[in-house]
Amino acid sequence: MMSHSFRIAWKDLLEVFRNRMGLVLLILMPIFMMVMVGYIYPSDSSVSNVTVALVNEDVGYGGYTNASSTLIAILDTVTSNTDSITLTEAASFDELRTMIQRGDADAGIVIASDFTTSIMNGQQGTITLVTDQSNMQMSATLQAVLEEVFDQLGTALAQQNVQNLGVDPSNALAVVQPYNVETQGAIEGEFTYFDFVAPGIIAMTVMMSVMTGLPVAISEERESGTLDGMMVAPISRTAVILGKTLAQIGRGLLQGLIIIAIAVTIFGVTIHGNILLVFALLLLCVFSFVGLGIVLTSFTKDQETATMLMSTIMFPMMFLSGVFFPVEQMPWFMQAISKCLPLTYVADSLRKVMILGADITMLTTELAILIGFGTVMIAVAVPVFKKAITS
Amino acid sequence: MESNNMIEVKNLTKKFGDFIAVDDISFEVKQSEVFGLLGPNGAGKSTTIRMLTTLIRPNDGTAKIGGYDVIKQDSKVRELIGLVSEKMIMYDRLTAKENLKFFGKLYNMPDSVLNPKIDELLEMLNLSKWKNSKVGTFSTGMRQRMNVIRALLNTPQVLFLDEPTLGLDPQSTVEIREFIKKLNREHKTTIILTTHMMNEADLLCDRIGIIDKGKIVALDTSANLKKTISGNGTTILKLEIPNLTSSLLNTIQSVKCVNSVSQENNSHIKIHATGDDAFDLIIDAVRAKKGKINSIEKLEPTLEDVFLKITGREVRDKADNKIVMKHGPGPKRFSQKQRVR
Ligand SMILES: Nc1ncnc2c1ncn2[C@@H]1O[C@H](COP(=O)(O)OP(=O)(O)OP(=O)(O)O)[C@@H](O)[C@H]1O
Ligand SMILES: [Mg+2]
Repeated sequence: MMSHSFRIAWKDLLEVFRNRMGLVLLILMPIFMMVMVGYIYPSDSSVSNVTVALVNEDVGYGGYTNASSTLIAILDTVTSNTDSITLTEAASFDELRTMIQRGDADAGIVIASDFTTSIMNGQQGTITLVTDQSNMQMSATLQAVLEEVFDQLGTALAQQNVQNLGVDPSNALAVVQPYNVETQGAIEGEFTYFDFVAPGIIAMTVMMSVMTGLPVAISEERESGTLDGMMVAPISRTAVILGKTLAQIGRGLLQGLIIIAIAVTIFGVTIHGNILLVFALLLLCVFSFVGLGIVLTSFTKDQETATMLMSTIMFPMMFLSGVFFPVEQMPWFMQAISKCLPLTYVADSLRKVMILGADITMLTTELAILIGFGTVMIAVAVPVFKKAITS
Repeated sequence: MESNNMIEVKNLTKKFGDFIAVDDISFEVKQSEVFGLLGPNGAGKSTTIRMLTTLIRPNDGTAKIGGYDVIKQDSKVRELIGLVSEKMIMYDRLTAKENLKFFGKLYNMPDSVLNPKIDELLEMLNLSKWKNSKVGTFSTGMRQRMNVIRALLNTPQVLFLDEPTLGLDPQSTVEIREFIKKLNREHKTTIILTTHMMNEADLLCDRIGIIDKGKIVALDTSANLKKTISGNGTTILKLEIPNLTSSLLNTIQSVKCVNSVSQENNSHIKIHATGDDAFDLIIDAVRAKKGKINSIEKLEPTLEDVFLKITGREVRDKADNKIVMKHGPGPKRFSQKQRVR
């Protein structure tokens, strides 16, 4: 049975390779996507439902930590008055980083160990904003919001300082802006927009590859009659589905490889995690969509309808899975839908691996969901497909 | 197999929703026989073939090929059969050889058997030259020959041909028909073919089942089918009336002995009539209406006449080059379906 499946997969791939125009599009599509999404990145969007973890490393000055505790108290008040930001605590920078990688926190604030000392000595105290680079929109927005908060806090504190602390007024900067806000990513290194959009686009492209490839691979064969040629041969129906699945995996991985190569060479994207893990995720992505695709194509009579149905499913999926817009900003029902979409988990886990360098142990939930979804879908696809072609 | 029946069909029925495409048909096909299913478009020919070749499931009834049940023993059946379908079973982007290798491998044929077989069949159907050309570049005639080659890769005992000459030019049509005959003669392959062309059924088939609206309405050898007409006193007359009008046609139709009138072109009509005095009655009627008779001819019955007699309608094909006048009681026509690639 396996040998029949491989034959069918090989035949399907040969057809793909013989289609010059199709091959060109296979390369062009991801480039367009990268360019478009990379530049149409929304620069200001509102923030809601974000969790910020606070790390207070301040050791104080002569037993006093009043500068940092004042700051925290003010932060607490500010955040408790709004439900857009929730403040939690983290013990250390490392813990904070893990929290962000796991998705437990969206950003972090680190108060430097010499914070009070600096303030007391009339210098600027350092606050570091730690952002989740895998979510560019979110991190940029958060950064803007928090900087604004510190700005206001700083001005208020500066007036206090001048009156109460008796610091040297000649140190103008410390008076006007006692806090020096620095920004740091959870991971060291330079990042570009493309780094942020690349994982989502890769996931999306691979999904599109499967969802547009299957109508051709199944509906067209059915319409043109070639499927009958396979069906009159003494091979099992499951072998046909398996062959089609293998071909889509091959095609999807090829497309993934092309887009990763383009992302790295043309757009300068760096992959921080294990490249093999990236491919494993892509494979899982194809796997989770093939079954769904077969079920959908089985319900349709011709290729045109199948392709339309695929687009109808694909577009909401693209927008709801956080590829373009952060899921956190969506209304609750959309967030709920988003949680049901496999693409959400593919994009999420790819981001974690490519940007945050997460390893496989940090992705167990996503992996389990994807494998489960794929398996259930294939299990549904086999009988549905059999029924569809023999009725 | 108890009998020498290669195919046994009993009460086979296929519904699409409420529509009954094949309605309770039964027939047998003997080993090495060429059996034809003759019927107009939409009669249910392809649906029958698809059930027999295990491609779709019947709603009712049974069918056995070589003693194997098409539902319960479908893989056994698949090993025995070859299918030349109405549609072209070929991948345009692959070469002739790649196509044939792909399908051959689905029958678990090792290269040592498959490769010589492909070469032999390509040679036999004059396609060796095009072995490494993409099928997409082939003419319709070449494609159909490829289709036949594909169906023969596994040396089937039963070959199903669904409208094998549809859309082919006269030369390719003759080639394919000759090949079918040769295959049956030399390899004793049992053949079941469908057609809506009377002469094709006449030419190729040992026995013919006439199928209409999902039912087999007559089944016998061509000669016996025709005898049902001449045997029961039906006379077929062809008249040339240069001043033919529709009122004249109505008059002829109302003559008592006339069963049906069909118009061949502007001046020729064909009449089915019964009784010894049919000849005189018709001539008198035409004369009385000032009709001019240029010629009158008594025709031997054809399968078309058989179909007309049984169903009251005609099966026709554009290829017969007949013209219908817009007025006049023209028969219901079946448009010829284009071959779909
Ligand atoms: N999958 C289907 N779904 C619904 N109706 C169908 C289907 N396949 C066939 N039919 C209908 O069943 C009837 C018989 O179709 P079939 O293809 O068997 O006719 P045919 O004798 O082969 O005619 P043709 O000369 O056009 O090939 C037609 O009316 C057709 O519309
Ligand atoms: Mg047909």
